[in-house]
Amino acid sequence: MGKIVAVTGNEAVAESLRQVNPDVCAAYPITPATDLMQRFSSFISDGKVDTEMVLVESEHSAMSACIGAAAAGGRVATATSSQGLALMWEMLFIAAGDRLPIVMPVVNRALSAPLNIHGDHSDTMGARDSGWIQLYSETAQEAYDNAIQAFRIGEHPDIRLPVMVCMDGFIVSHSIERVEYLEDAEVRNFVGEYMPVNPLLDIDNPKSYGPLILTDLYHEYKRAQHEVMTRVKNVVLEVAADFEKLSGRKYGLFETYRLDDAEIAIVILNSAAGTTKDVVDSYRSKGIKAGLLKPRMFRPFPYEEVAAALSHLKAIAVLDRADSFGGYGPLFSEICGAVMSMDGKPPMINRIYGLGGRDYMPNQAEKVLDELVGIAETGKVHTLKDYIGLRE
Amino acid sequence: MKEPLWKTLTPGSVILEPGSSAKFKTGSWRSMRPRWIEENCIQCLFCWIYCPDMSVIVEDGKRKDFNYDYCKGCGICALECPGKKGNKAIVMEKEGG
Amino acid sequence: MTTIPLRLKEISRQEDRFAYGHRMCAGCGAPIVVKQVLMATDYPVIASNATGCLEVSSCISEYTAWKIPWIHSAFENAAATISGVEAMYRSLVRQGRIDDRQVKFIAFGGDGGTYDIGFQSLSGAMERGHDMLYICYDNEAYMNTGIQRSSATPFGANTTTCPAGDVIPGKPQNRKDLTKIMAAHNIPYAAQASPGHWMDLMKKVRKAFEIKGPKFINIIAPCNRGWRSRTDDAIMLSKLAVDTCYWPLYEIENGVTRITVRPREKKPVTDFLKGQGRFKHMFAPGNEWMIERAQEYVDREWERLQKEAACWAEDEEKTE
Repeated sequence: MGKIVAVTGNEAVAESLRQVNPDVCAAYPITPATDLMQRFSSFISDGKVDTEMVLVESEHSAMSACIGAAAAGGRVATATSSQGLALMWEMLFIAAGDRLPIVMPVVNRALSAPLNIHGDHSDTMGARDSGWIQLYSETAQEAYDNAIQAFRIGEHPDIRLPVMVCMDGFIVSHSIERVEYLEDAEVRNFVGEYMPVNPLLDIDNPKSYGPLILTDLYHEYKRAQHEVMTRVKNVVLEVAADFEKLSGRKYGLFETYRLDDAEIAIVILNSAAGTTKDVVDSYRSKGIKAGLLKPRMFRPFPYEEVAAALSHLKAIAVLDRADSFGGYGPLFSEICGAVMSMDGKPPMINRIYGLGGRDYMPNQAEKVLDELVGIAETGKVHTLKDYIGLRE
Repeated sequence: MKEPLWKTLTPGSVILEPGSSAKFKTGSWRSMRPRWIEENCIQCLFCWIYCPDMSVIVEDGKRKDFNYDYCKGCGICALECPGKKGNKAIVMEKEGG
Repeated sequence: MTTIPLRLKEISRQEDRFAYGHRMCAGCGAPIVVKQVLMATDYPVIASNATGCLEVSSCISEYTAWKIPWIHSAFENAAATISGVEAMYRSLVRQGRIDDRQVKFIAFGGDGGTYDIGFQSLSGAMERGHDMLYICYDNEAYMNTGIQRSSATPFGANTTTCPAGDVIPGKPQNRKDLTKIMAAHNIPYAAQASPGHWMDLMKKVRKAFEIKGPKFINIIAPCNRGWRSRTDDAIMLSKLAVDTCYWPLYEIENGVTRITVRPREKKPVTDFLKGQGRFKHMFAPGNEWMIERAQEYVDREWERLQKEAACWAEDEEKTE
């Protein structure tokens, strides 16, 4: 049993990286992820990890160096946010296409313009099609736990893919919460020794990484990449089961809260799920059967399981902390994809909230639930996509 | 049942066989063909060091003939050949001529 | 340390580390550069490669011309990519998980991937002090995408994005002096080389591999498609570039500049320009000023280089 501490999300994730002890980290500072790598750098300066730190001149180079290091044949981690993730965009696809299991905590932050340093999910939603596995975290505890599990998931021989561990900028990254740490030995045991696949450093067996593949095989390589993603679900559950044995904390593909007998529900990611749960409780005490679903694994998206969990509902609101201008929010689109196959699809609404760190307050959840009550009664949706929490 | 092609690919498109380009012969690109005239050759090996296509065969420090499987016929070897007493040891001729 | 004598008879006994069957154009300078660089050493080598002619032609579908571990990831990041490989090597050696086999790390990039889009990544890797050698094969334009101007394109050259037109006669600007910029990073070794002077090139690569830390060698690599020249003249032009002092061969080792090959007689720059279609318009009546300007630039830079080298030579004399 590890110790119980009061730490920020960044501190907790930095601690998980110290315990995992990756062989190489390449990183570039960006608010609000700076603090995470800063803390990790101090572990290096104090000789607490074996990691070789590459303090690059940009996030593009950070991911490039991570790709080189992972192809070389060792465990690799980095962290970023927002513009940094956007600058990495090109390299994200290459990390995934090359099947390199890099772990990257992403402290979610809005994208420019206008410039904003606060939390929303525009950054990681923009990277959802890059071929990375994405795990989302409500709390510092979840971020810590997800980061440790991410190594096992990404490095699994059936998978070999990079993993993003997402947590909300400032709300989680900079707020102090109660977190239970595992023992160092437990974490090292859990992630195990790194098993390289086709390492470049095997100089007696030279490999070439990154060929030009044209119309003859590109399509097939992409088909194969999708296939790998279909295996992720089982590995995530297998790793979660092992993690539960170790920590007593249970993880799945998503979390449901008072959903089993619910009639209306909110689907929402990350820290805002916490606020929503409180509001669900208060509605339950008023006799309204409200519930919640919080996806943990966003890529690959567990469509069938989510559909099964939502199938009994009379109305659903999907709350997105990212927008697709001229389209629906990214989470809403996925939930649409999930319920598509259901008979008697429940009516759904999409509400955009909390962009650029705008506070998500209980009254916003209340308003949404009130609307859902009406929709459940009438079956009628007035406005499909709308914005909540706008200033008057 | 035959496995579909996409299931047989190396993960991450990594190429495991070094120098496998040797399976791709580029000799058919040639429109001009170098001819080696052994009696004019002083074995300077300039043709070998300047050949962009590794198509000058050298065995045990001695120049042998061209490897026409890969020679693209650029003519660098012929131009750089110092020859013997003003006579080139490599001349370019029309392919198939 | 590589001990094979730098004689072609001896070097030719080694196995090629870059295979035939690559798909570079007939007469391309880049594979000559790669071959000479890799032939210069018998250390184990791992290379990264920026997107470009060399990369797309050397590793395509299931065919690779590389007999050494090689990685291409993108265009602007050959230096950052190899710095990750090198960092992993150091990490695993330090942890005792692999043996130290004195592996050497090279990044190959064309002028587009080095002077331009990869400049930041290169600068960063040099400043961080990775034990690596960056080789720029400089063919003076974006040849892979079809001869667009780069910051390595010389004044006056006709390219597809600075075509010699009625109003603007080719590239209006001089090229960027990247070798000097790299030397200004105060790295232990920066040099310029030419495949026409293979021994000088190989000596420089050997020297670079004996120095710990970041090294940079800029190597002229004629491209007959882009230079609008003949398929057989890559070596001739790379020698003329040296003989005209258009591309002087020198090195800057720990801040000390040394000219490694001095042309016996400095030829006029027109000797280099005239065989190339990209400079043809400069010889048209009314464009004499262009030739003059090109010659002035070469003269000025050559003078400057000689002064720098002389200044160090004097210093050495004084201390002796």
